[in-house]
Amino acid sequence: MSLVHETDYGTPRSKSEKEVTLTIDGQQITVPEGTSIMRAAMEMGTQIPKLCATDMVDAFGSCRLCLVEIEGRPGTPASCTTPVMPGMVVKTQTDRLKKIRNGVMELYISDHPLDCLTCSANGDCELQDMAGQVGLRDVRYGYEGENHVFPKQDGVANLNWLAKDESNPYFTYDPSKCIVCSRCVRACEEVQGTFALTIAGRGFDSRVSPGMQESFLTSECVSCGACVQACPTATLNEKKVIEVGKPEHSVVTTCAYCGVGCSFKAEMRGEEVVRMVPYKDGEANRGHSCVKGRFAWGYATHKERILKPMIRAKVTDPWKEVSWEEAIGYAASEFKRIQKEHGKNAVGGITSSRCTNEETYLVQKLIRAGFGNNNVDTCARVCHSPTGYGLGQTYGTSAGTQNFDSVEQSDVILVIGANPAAAHPVFASRMKKRIREGAKLIVIDPRRTEMVKSAHIDAAYHLPLLPGTNVAVVTSLAHVIVTEKLYDEKFIRERCDWDEFQHWADFVSLPQNSPETVAKLSGVPAETIRGAARLYATGGNGAIYYGLGVTEHSQGSTTVMAIANLAMATGNIGREGVGVNPLRGQNNVQGSCDMGSFPHELPGYRHISGDEVRHLFENDWGVTLEKEPGLRIPNMLDAAVEGAFRGIYIQGEDILQSDPDTKHVSAGLEAMECVVVQDLFLNETARFAHVFLPGSTFLEKNGTFTNAERRIQLVRKVMAPKNGYEDWEITVMLSNALGYKMEYSHPSEIMDEIARLTPGFANVSFKMLDERGSVQWPCNDKAPEGSPIMHVNGFVRGKGKFIVTEYVATDEKTGPRFPLLLTTGRILSQYNVGAQTRRTENSMWHAEDVLEIHPHDAEQRGVRDGDWIRLQSRAGETSLRAQITDRVAPGVVYTTFHHPDTQANVITTDFSDWATNCPEYKVTAVQVSPSNGPSTWQQEYEEFSKQSRRILPEAAE
Amino acid sequence: MSHTGPDKLVYMANQIGKFFQAQGSETAVTGVYEHIRKFWDPRMRSQIYAHIDNGGAGLEPHVKTAIEKLKSAETAAK
Repeated sequence: MSLVHETDYGTPRSKSEKEVTLTIDGQQITVPEGTSIMRAAMEMGTQIPKLCATDMVDAFGSCRLCLVEIEGRPGTPASCTTPVMPGMVVKTQTDRLKKIRNGVMELYISDHPLDCLTCSANGDCELQDMAGQVGLRDVRYGYEGENHVFPKQDGVANLNWLAKDESNPYFTYDPSKCIVCSRCVRACEEVQGTFALTIAGRGFDSRVSPGMQESFLTSECVSCGACVQACPTATLNEKKVIEVGKPEHSVVTTCAYCGVGCSFKAEMRGEEVVRMVPYKDGEANRGHSCVKGRFAWGYATHKERILKPMIRAKVTDPWKEVSWEEAIGYAASEFKRIQKEHGKNAVGGITSSRCTNEETYLVQKLIRAGFGNNNVDTCARVCHSPTGYGLGQTYGTSAGTQNFDSVEQSDVILVIGANPAAAHPVFASRMKKRIREGAKLIVIDPRRTEMVKSAHIDAAYHLPLLPGTNVAVVTSLAHVIVTEKLYDEKFIRERCDWDEFQHWADFVSLPQNSPETVAKLSGVPAETIRGAARLYATGGNGAIYYGLGVTEHSQGSTTVMAIANLAMATGNIGREGVGVNPLRGQNNVQGSCDMGSFPHELPGYRHISGDEVRHLFENDWGVTLEKEPGLRIPNMLDAAVEGAFRGIYIQGEDILQSDPDTKHVSAGLEAMECVVVQDLFLNETARFAHVFLPGSTFLEKNGTFTNAERRIQLVRKVMAPKNGYEDWEITVMLSNALGYKMEYSHPSEIMDEIARLTPGFANVSFKMLDERGSVQWPCNDKAPEGSPIMHVNGFVRGKGKFIVTEYVATDEKTGPRFPLLLTTGRILSQYNVGAQTRRTENSMWHAEDVLEIHPHDAEQRGVRDGDWIRLQSRAGETSLRAQITDRVAPGVVYTTFHHPDTQANVITTDFSDWATNCPEYKVTAVQVSPSNGPSTWQQEYEEFSKQSRRILPEAAE
Repeated sequence: MSHTGPDKLVYMANQIGKFFQAQGSETAVTGVYEHIRKFWDPRMRSQIYAHIDNGGAGLEPHVKTAIEKLKSAETAAK
């Protein structure tokens, strides 16, 4: 194995379809119009020396190294900034060019330390490479003069010298090695879109500066790593590279954080990860990354990881480490005992949206075939189950309609209940890029998020609605579109049922759905609703992106349908630049849904009651399947409290922390006799577990993840599982112990089985993914290349279905005791329940959950910034610190759910989506009052946590 | 709302009922019928049937009709 080499073409690819032929060094080459001479040369294999150019950013033309000669033109233009012309004749190497380049390099090197042998970028430094390429043999200027290299000169402090900035936990900035090529500054602007870096000063004083000469950590920097990747020298370098040394081989794999599904090169020394570098050919991320995927993978080797299986008879006992055989045997015998004593349906399981498709598929197979019931569910229950239901009803598929590239063609971007800048940062960067190019933005969100206003981003409309009024507001947008006749009649007549449209149009036109009425209950001014509707309907390609702010409501499914209606009514579906796009939370939540993780449907979203489909699986699996739907997570917990459900197998999911109404979840778990948790760490749920099976990280397994754009990508093993087994192997062992035989020697065989049984996956195989990099389902004989855009010539269900979306106010209401509305969300540096990111340096950015509260509400309650406050709802109470901000409207408070000691879900209620029981996390009536510190409950909880995590030392034999 | 027993199921069924009622009188009953058939596990269904047998207090009329129909269809199938 060696490092996966990626060619740097120097300037970005031109998307022009017109071609230009020119001659470079006597060779004819044809490239798209708009290509730079530098890129054209590289495409034929000739590398023109360069320093300030790299193909992740636009050409800049500052280093003067890439000069060429062009016949008929005077001088020596820079090849990076000069576009190709038909018939052009270019020379990349002449005596004159050699001399100029040599002179330029001599100047660079005269102000650069010559510590190459001990430099962390040794062997991975473009300055070093260029010195070699231009044949630099001598530097005549010496270091006596002014320089940025030495802290002292002749015993006197050198004012040009700046100390290394090591404030960022993952990379360092060493100004003495900087050649001021500004690649980092441009990467921050063009790729990431944060504009945290700038060049301060002029001429010899020019310095790369985070913010106003701040440290990297205290500046606006979001630590995405784009600058580090862009840096040609050791100026910006990963701390891990400095510590370990240059990697020697790399493997392309897929990030295990959010639903964007970034492709990374895991750069290794032996089995040690040195760094994760975003992969340019990754079609989801196109070479970009965020602080989580790029840097926060240290949890894989964290000391708290559990590597040995453990069991205990009672949850009050300490854990006992046992062999795999004993743990699996114990779990299987308990499940069998429970089923014998309490019936077949008394056990079930939860598949993981963090595990691979193959692993998820096996868990649901174990439950359906091994347990013999359909009590299987997944974390999508608590996030995007309404998406599955809503889009399934209206369009016929339970997934987003576009690929991420599509945003490059959007003219109006409508973001509803999502904050991609925090939760899907790499996609947010692409969205922001399009907005900087001129696309208009509408944001519907109770908070003024980074998407509403940040560097060079200013939403045309922000609809700061009261949590819980989504259906009213989205239906009101439809009211404007219908009553002002802004709908696309031709599209509707062709693609949808006209009668259904008319029925729907009559409904949305009712006065109760007018912006003027909705303004009163949502708090959004009528004119803002009207303006936003007109812009979306008439502004060109309109694309909708939405998140959990849409789904996690009593009317989550209804809002998804309202969104689908909006896109159909305006003809914004079935081509590039438009569509309806759920931003999926976890890395494989799309995949876990596709793989049949829901109790009512088999892989490929086919209802379990369908005889034909069920028989297909029965024949393949050699069992008779139960034809009735099983229990969903909340129903399992209800059944447990009633004594009808007593055993559960949970793979990679922390329901105690992530599911609503913690006390109800713990009551359910406590009532069970056998809770088997398979995870990396002793998570919160494991406090109630009887068997702990140590899981493996994405670095330790083979398989596939499916991201939010339905893209199936390979996860490749880069190290042996520290726990001994990949997660799918553990499921196989458990299934065999239960008496249902599973035989697989590699996950590719599981994918072959999935392809055999699931029409949308028919042509998918590991071999194909290995050759092509990735594919978007459906991928079968009808769509052999996969399906970047869905519903192109018609809806999957036939005619698109308009559905009436009547607003029903949630029963979670504010009142004198609970006057404020709490809504929840994520922040950039932490991920979900934080089990992974809290075990990395990412906690430097977010060490605890805080409550955002408007200054007006804070003042009324005597709460100051940073104070401990008590947060109470009808379900429970907790304490955390307050952060006073006008990002939230008066009457609304906000917090995150990344830390177990806050337990935001003690507060959230039992209300849920009418169709899918997806919990209503986003609306909880609360009261806030000053407090002295953590609540008694939190203190007891912490003590209980300590007790429940005791592990007995291994008995001497 | 209590976590267990008929109260919660009645609440859930009425929530479903509200959505389908808005779809028009034709689908008000069939929508509820289909939704509960497709998504409720047999145990939840038998609990709501038992509640119907006890008078079905709290259920919206069209929801009650839908569940009664589902119950007889299921009994007939057995």
